[in-house]
Amino acid sequence: MSTEEILASREEYKYGFRTEIESDLFPKGLDEETVRALSKKKGEPDFMLEFRLKGFRKWQEMTPPDWGHLKIDPIDFQGMRYYAAPKKKQELSSLDEVDPEILRTFDRLGIPLDEQKRLSNVAVDVVFDSVSLGTTFRETLEEAGVVLCSMSEAVQKYPDLVKKYLGTVVPIGDNFYAALNSAVFSDGSFVYVPKGVRCPIELSTYFRINERETGQFERTLIIGEAGSYVSYLEGCTAPAYDENQLHAAVVELIAYEDAEIKYSTVQNWYAGDKRTGKGGIYNFVTKRGKCAGDRSKISWTQVEAGAAITWKYPSCILQGDDSVGEFYSVALTNGKMQADTGTKMIHLGKRTSSTIISKGISADESSNTYRGLVHIGAKAEGARNFTQCDSMLVKNACSANTFPYIEVHNETAELEHEASTSKMNEEQLFYLKSRGVSQEDAIQMIVNGYCKEVFQKLPLEFAAEAEKLLTLKLEGSVG
Amino acid sequence: MIEIQDLHVSVEGEAILQGLTLTVKEGEIHAIMGPNGAGKSTLAKVLAGHPNYEVTKGSVTFCGKDLLELEVEERAHLGLFMGFQYPVEIPGVSNEEFLLSAYNSKREAPVSREVFQSILIEKMKKIGVNPEFAKRDVNGGFSGGEKKRNEILQMAILEPKLAILDETDSGLDIDAMRIVAEGVKGQLTQENALILITHYQRLLDYIKPHFVHVVVGGKIVESGGAELALHLEEKGYQGIA
Repeated sequence: MSTEEILASREEYKYGFRTEIESDLFPKGLDEETVRALSKKKGEPDFMLEFRLKGFRKWQEMTPPDWGHLKIDPIDFQGMRYYAAPKKKQELSSLDEVDPEILRTFDRLGIPLDEQKRLSNVAVDVVFDSVSLGTTFRETLEEAGVVLCSMSEAVQKYPDLVKKYLGTVVPIGDNFYAALNSAVFSDGSFVYVPKGVRCPIELSTYFRINERETGQFERTLIIGEAGSYVSYLEGCTAPAYDENQLHAAVVELIAYEDAEIKYSTVQNWYAGDKRTGKGGIYNFVTKRGKCAGDRSKISWTQVEAGAAITWKYPSCILQGDDSVGEFYSVALTNGKMQADTGTKMIHLGKRTSSTIISKGISADESSNTYRGLVHIGAKAEGARNFTQCDSMLVKNACSANTFPYIEVHNETAELEHEASTSKMNEEQLFYLKSRGVSQEDAIQMIVNGYCKEVFQKLPLEFAAEAEKLLTLKLEGSVG
Repeated sequence: MIEIQDLHVSVEGEAILQGLTLTVKEGEIHAIMGPNGAGKSTLAKVLAGHPNYEVTKGSVTFCGKDLLELEVEERAHLGLFMGFQYPVEIPGVSNEEFLLSAYNSKREAPVSREVFQSILIEKMKKIGVNPEFAKRDVNGGFSGGEKKRNEILQMAILEPKLAILDETDSGLDIDAMRIVAEGVKGQLTQENALILITHYQRLLDYIKPHFVHVVVGGKIVESGGAELALHLEEKGYQGIA
């Protein structure tokens, strides 16, 4: 490949640039000392250090999961860094004081942070490598009594809440990557919505990995008290490096009586070189929500369009009676990407109901797997689930798989499962184009039509972005 | 309007059209008949620009331009329309959204959704199409007759200079065929032209062609007036090729 070709292939991922700033870096490698140093660096109370050490010890006893339909080269956990942060001269009092170079970075990413250009009606918390840089719309949120801050800040300001809830939905030793995250998580978002409060604006976090050979271990905790409502969205990008980078996040949601939490993700991590598969992010994420109260509702919406490998199953534990869990997903793979993603709906309470809509799109030589579990517990009288699982193939070298697991321990449960596999065939494109529609519009129309049920669930501000993102990704593949 | 000269076309290496020549002028209706596998549908698809059909020899001039050099959508913008034998379903995309995008694609100043809706309602009335068509997915769950009527509706909206209808009458009962035929007939003027690909005389009872061509083995083996179709109806294709 010539230099120009390499450059051209890099340009396909327009977020693949690196910001030149001075960083505060930990040396590579992970041992108990790293964990202690990290906790000390963040000035954490003792309970946090204990939490981390417990995570580290569990992690040492565990092995990476190998049941996914994925080919993963062995990961050198001692070859990466567990902390990287932009060097700052003093404490910042507002986002406007952030290093101008970083502000420009977020501008280029389409997330303007300066006062004049901020997205209206969306409060943004930005996480750069390992640390949160700050949050927009603080005052609006404070007036409503809603807390949106970085996890590091929450540990300092709301230690009781953090102590009470952290690790209650995703236990420290839940799985290999959750244990690792518990040991070394650096930052993420903390959201607390008090009783009866309807959060007036969309909350959002933007994750950006900048440094080489650095893992990002984000930890997010959202608590919705009785009768509250909140909608939260996360977005992610990273520079295009030749080495793989690890993003191992843990997200925990807790909804009490009549509370509703909407959690949306638009994931566009660097996916590696389209032809060689070199580089890209390993997106190994544990996301789980607990519908603790009666009539509570948790809904996951995800558009997964990047990352070299995605291993992710946002799930709901439906504990409260009449609680509702939803999972709406679009997973697009192209180039040499691999995705094994889906959900778990654990029905424990009476008359609990869940909906799973999964839309997979695979192109080029990628592999795209849906894996989902619907579990109906013995006491889940009258539980219901509807699952629809569709795969779309673009050309022939890609693959799509579906692994639905169903466990029913109560005979009053009603389950429906629909599945389909289709090809975005030349006939559809030809049909639209023969009526004068351009190639680009034709792809967009077909993909949006296919993903409609999921896009409708995204906050309005981001639905159009997600549509454009998928079209851009597919254009080169349809050819 | 269109001049097809000595056209040779292959699909996956197999020669289908082998020297087809045909000229169609403004205001004319041509019928193309012939046995299965003779290359009738291939002609329609290659003119519309289907990527699987490879032109190995010959030329096509449409409205003064080299048609074979143009992209699929450019051919449509120039005024070419092909009515599909098997219209394709596009889930999640409403007919209205699709037609609006198609309608605006060749206009320099796009019309708004509101303006387009009034155009659409008018055209649907004219073709005798149920107004709920607009909100339904493109060809999704349509019966054979509805799909064909949808093709004619698209033709009415795009107002092509040349329409090539590929077995639009196949799979239709007598009533549905009459509705479709009336819909097509209502659009014919002295400025546009029509190529009908069909197996049956029935359609030609409604839309009387000026010329009938018989295609056998990838080329036109006989041409004549409307009476040729009647002759074929009686005698079949035997004795022609």
